[in-house]
Amino acid sequence: MNNKRKELIVSAISNGTVIDHIPAENVYQVFKMLKLDKTSHQVYFGTNLESKKYGRKGIIKISDTYFQDEVINKIALVAPTATLIEIRDYEVYSKVSVSIPTSIEGIVKCFNPNCVTNKEEVTTKFEVLTDETGKLKLACHYCEKITNKNNMVFF
Amino acid sequence: MKNRSLVSINDYSKEEIIRILDLAEEFEKQPLQNLLGGRVVASLFFEPSTRTRLSFETAIQQLGGNVIGFASAASTSVSKGESLKDTILMVANYSNLIVMRHPVEGSARYASEVSSVPIINAGDGANQHPTQCLLDLYSIRKTQGTLDNLEVTFVGDLKYGRTVHSLVIALSQFNTKFHLVSPEELKLPSAVKRHIKEAKLSYEQYTDFTDVIPKSDIIYMTRIQRERFPDPLEYEKVKNAYILENAMLDNSKDNVRILHPLPRVNEISTDVDQNPKAYYFQQALNGVFVRQALIATIMGVK
Ligand SMILES: [Zn+2]
Repeated sequence: MNNKRKELIVSAISNGTVIDHIPAENVYQVFKMLKLDKTSHQVYFGTNLESKKYGRKGIIKISDTYFQDEVINKIALVAPTATLIEIRDYEVYSKVSVSIPTSIEGIVKCFNPNCVTNKEEVTTKFEVLTDETGKLKLACHYCEKITNKNNMVFF
Repeated sequence: MKNRSLVSINDYSKEEIIRILDLAEEFEKQPLQNLLGGRVVASLFFEPSTRTRLSFETAIQQLGGNVIGFASAASTSVSKGESLKDTILMVANYSNLIVMRHPVEGSARYASEVSSVPIINAGDGANQHPTQCLLDLYSIRKTQGTLDNLEVTFVGDLKYGRTVHSLVIALSQFNTKFHLVSPEELKLPSAVKRHIKEAKLSYEQYTDFTDVIPKSDIIYMTRIQRERFPDPLEYEKVKNAYILENAMLDNSKDNVRILHPLPRVNEISTDVDQNPKAYYFQQALNGVFVRQALIATIMGVK
């Protein structure tokens, strides 16, 4: 009964990826980051759904699409609590929690306009730090400046 | 350390810093040592800085090396739009070491990754200037006899001053007590304070200058630039609050020395120049010995 009701909220997919436990306020950011507005596959998403663990959560389901580790790391930056579920033939094939990487390459732009990565053809590279309040910050490998969560722009 | 680039002062451990300072002492005693035997060092100043360039080029000459390069990007292929990578690869063909100054932050790190010869960063925008930091450390050690357990006061623009950032980070390895004097708008950034905290050291912040003078072993002065203030009125309010005058040193310790990365404008009154506690002109000369030590080490001839 309970399960059926969930299905009514967001449709099931036969093959593809379900991204669950996205903080409600970040659903749109994940959506944009994965460029889902450009995909030709079916996409369902829901937000402000009730979650026992996280209060209000969001969920995104993408048909016939599976993500590389590099993209999964990307998701961790805006939705560190997210779970990625691979669906094959309506069955859960695998389920992983995203994890915040210690360093990232080529995903985010450096916030510093005078950084070499914004002036020459150089792939960005950051060390991922967390501040006292647990917020994510990126320290640029090149210019050594900090890019805060609020300033993160994704390629 | 041989063949390793120096981009940021954080690239060197405490022991490596001390090794360079010890070697610089040798060069101070005997500056003319033909160790490079005509080897070629490139000096690439994509942005002019006469002071730093002359110091480096003197260091190279005193080691018996030859200098190639340019003093500004204006007359080179860089002004025709050549990428930094291409310039570095071209120059690396002709030289054994590249000294570079560039207005873009992170350019030296990037150059060190594409170059087949080591890079010494002579300043990358507002980011790092590690040889300035080494010469500051050398000057502190020389005047105090030690780098450990000193009370060091930084005055002025602590927010944008890259020499302050590098020196604070380096001194955090030497059990320093930090006194940070600046206007509210120009306090030391938290990214730099993080290093003090990680070393479990203490710091105090002040907006008023006078009280900390008697406690200080070193007073490191910096210039407050008008363009740092969006509101000119704010600048007018603080511009005279951080000027060191000779009379202010009356109650200072005998061993205190005044440092300044130069050029000075008016933040140290000229009546301080004659005081034996003024050290900023000798400080600049120490840069040559420190740079000789660094170049000799990276080239593997010392
Ligand atoms: Zn950067």
